[in-house]
Amino acid sequence: MPKSLLMISRQAPWSGPNAREALDIVLAGGAFDLPIGLLFLDDGVFQLASKQDAKVLQQKDLSANLQALPMFGVEELFVCADSAAERGLDPTALSLEEVRALTAKEITALIDRYDQVITL
Amino acid sequence: MKFAIALFSAAHAPSSRRALLFAQAALAGGHEIVRLFFYQDGVYNASGSVVTPQDEQDLPKQWRAFVAEHQLDGVVCIAAALRRGVLNEEEAKRYQREAVAVGAPWELSGLGQLHDAVQDADRLICFGGA
Repeated sequence: MPKSLLMISRQAPWSGPNAREALDIVLAGGAFDLPIGLLFLDDGVFQLASKQDAKVLQQKDLSANLQALPMFGVEELFVCADSAAERGLDPTALSLEEVRALTAKEITALIDRYDQVITL
Repeated sequence: MKFAIALFSAAHAPSSRRALLFAQAALAGGHEIVRLFFYQDGVYNASGSVVTPQDEQDLPKQWRAFVAEHQLDGVVCIAAALRRGVLNEEEAKRYQREAVAVGAPWELSGLGQLHDAVQDADRLICFGGA
């Protein structure tokens, strides 16, 4: 039984390569068929804001890469409901339909469920 | 216990110093380090191009000595390293760059090595994440 890994992604998509590099770990894990989960927390929820225009910032759009998650077999996708609410994001209108909004209490249980955790 | 250690912060960050101290303590305590994996700005810890002021700790040098002495598996993520200009001889040649910043005992490899270490270790210990 392979060990499970939870990635907690806490960085906004336009603050540098952090968000992309966190996602790369998740996609690589998915490619190896490993049990892997992804939780968007704090500023990480900005990765899920819809209608972003990366071109204005002369950057690549991370949303397209996020859409690849289910294709890579990563289906354990979560967003912190409090983080989204604090930033004015509606958890039901995010760019990734598959994400499940969790309360702080549910996040505690989620972290407990995984063998290993990386926070980036 | 078998530890995998992931490092995400630059050589001048306090968390990188803590990672080295942890790694040294783990071996001193009779534990095993299955792999060191340097990712994001952590790749700078493997750079031979870092010059540290004389009255400060030269972390890249200390890491290099530590990994060599204990013959540890020290992996630097190749994608993160390329992005930050920490190239080994092979990559410098491939991308036609003049600066070679990393060599033995470090190995440049992919993210699969991190997942592999996670599977192999009892504990993954991360330093310098967000």
